[in-house]
Amino acid sequence: MKLTGFVILLVLCGIASAEITLHTEKSLYRNIAVVEQDNVRCLRFTVKRRESRQTCIDTADSDNLVLPYTPMMFGGLMLNPAPKRVLLLGLGGGTIAGIFAQLFPDISIDAVEIDPAVVRVARDYFGFTDREGTRVYVRDGRVFTRRATRNDERYDYIIIDAFNGDYIPEHMMTREFLQECQELLTDDGVLVANTFSSSRLYNSESATYASVFGEFLNLRRRHGNRIVVAGKNGLPPGDWLRTNINRVDADLARFSIDLERILSLDRGSDWRPKARVLTDQYAPANLLRGASD
Amino acid sequence: MGQSPAYMIMFASDQPGLGKMTPGLLFLLVFCGGFSIMSIELLGGRILAPYFGSSIYVWGSLITVFMLALSIGYLLGGRYSLRNPSLKRFGSLFLVSAAAVLPLLLAGNLLMDLVFEYVDDPRYGSLLASMVLFFVPTIALGMISPYAVRLLVEHKDQSGHIAGKLYFVSTIGSALGTLLTSFYLVLYFEVNQILVAIVTTLVLCGLVAVGAGRREPLFQ
Repeated sequence: MKLTGFVILLVLCGIASAEITLHTEKSLYRNIAVVEQDNVRCLRFTVKRRESRQTCIDTADSDNLVLPYTPMMFGGLMLNPAPKRVLLLGLGGGTIAGIFAQLFPDISIDAVEIDPAVVRVARDYFGFTDREGTRVYVRDGRVFTRRATRNDERYDYIIIDAFNGDYIPEHMMTREFLQECQELLTDDGVLVANTFSSSRLYNSESATYASVFGEFLNLRRRHGNRIVVAGKNGLPPGDWLRTNINRVDADLARFSIDLERILSLDRGSDWRPKARVLTDQYAPANLLRGASD
Repeated sequence: MGQSPAYMIMFASDQPGLGKMTPGLLFLLVFCGGFSIMSIELLGGRILAPYFGSSIYVWGSLITVFMLALSIGYLLGGRYSLRNPSLKRFGSLFLVSAAAVLPLLLAGNLLMDLVFEYVDDPRYGSLLASMVLFFVPTIALGMISPYAVRLLVEHKDQSGHIAGKLYFVSTIGSALGTLLTSFYLVLYFEVNQILVAIVTTLVLCGLVAVGAGRREPLFQ
């Protein structure tokens, strides 16, 4: 009996520090789960695997960016320190949209998310709030950009955050898609993409970005995602980047975003130069992702 | 009376309608038709994605159009086999199919641009684009199997057996077309290169059938 009591106590302790599932939902596109552990609340697209965290927030301190890739998404401020109109392809928990709104109160944000369930979850669990300048479009990102180019829309900051660990929308990784994004950028506009850092896909994807934008910042930490920062017409000189860093550094400190450190993550062109460029005609991104380098 | 042994159906070349063609070769042509249908359908998803996304409704549109076209193709193929069935007419189905894929190959983007211009909702956009691009070739491809039944069946007691075999071969072709296209072909080739290969295959199939159906033997 004593032993049983001890075991029950152990199990209870285990439960107390284990993560709690706040919400699960089967949407049209994926399984969605909202889980929380030690004040960290995460949106997950695959219930079984821990690594597929899409967005995490610190429920005790909203200025604390939990996932290491999030600060890197603001690396584009080195090229354009005062964006007025942002296009966000892939909403996730809405963290990035929220920070932009806090950094630049007058900013206009168009957020495109294919999954209406993700938008709901962002509102209900991740503090994504409607504000005057933010519009959410529930549709495919590529359909949005194609329509936007027809309407001659312009953005000075485009964020591609549409790839989760399980399935890549292949039509949002091609040269033609990036050319549409390039067309949507203002002359001083910047594109920031959260992409992959391993497998044959890394080489092909890098070659594709290079074929459209020329030189870009290739930001990689030792593990995890790779962030591409590309200007509409290539990269400005280094001292220009430094001037911009000084201009916004103070505002970013609140979120512990250190642009100087982010710039130091640039690995240059370290991919295989002969990698095949992805096009609308040739876009086996998911197959390449499974193939080793 | 009674059922012919399977080897007679597979290898006999003395059916009046078959000319120089063996049933085995005819089955191969039907296989190519089945392969082409599903290969094109799989590529269809890739072709539509840059305009209409790759959401479930895009696949819904594609599958709807293919099923509709196939059903009409089966109907028309059966009707077409009523009058003067011949290998020449059978071969012409392949040639028409090949020709019907050409607009997709040569003007696919132009046609999708037009649809995209006028239809805002990507659901109806993808449905209309699928209709424009895939309806006609799939009808033509769907006519092949019922027409082949007519060419192979001599006695009505064989008809179910032969039809079953043709469905088998055609559907195995479709299964392989689906698998090869989605697993391997798209990894090595561009969409249009695969389409060119399909068109070439269909033209060759058509020429083989037409050639075998000529009164004089093609090869002496």
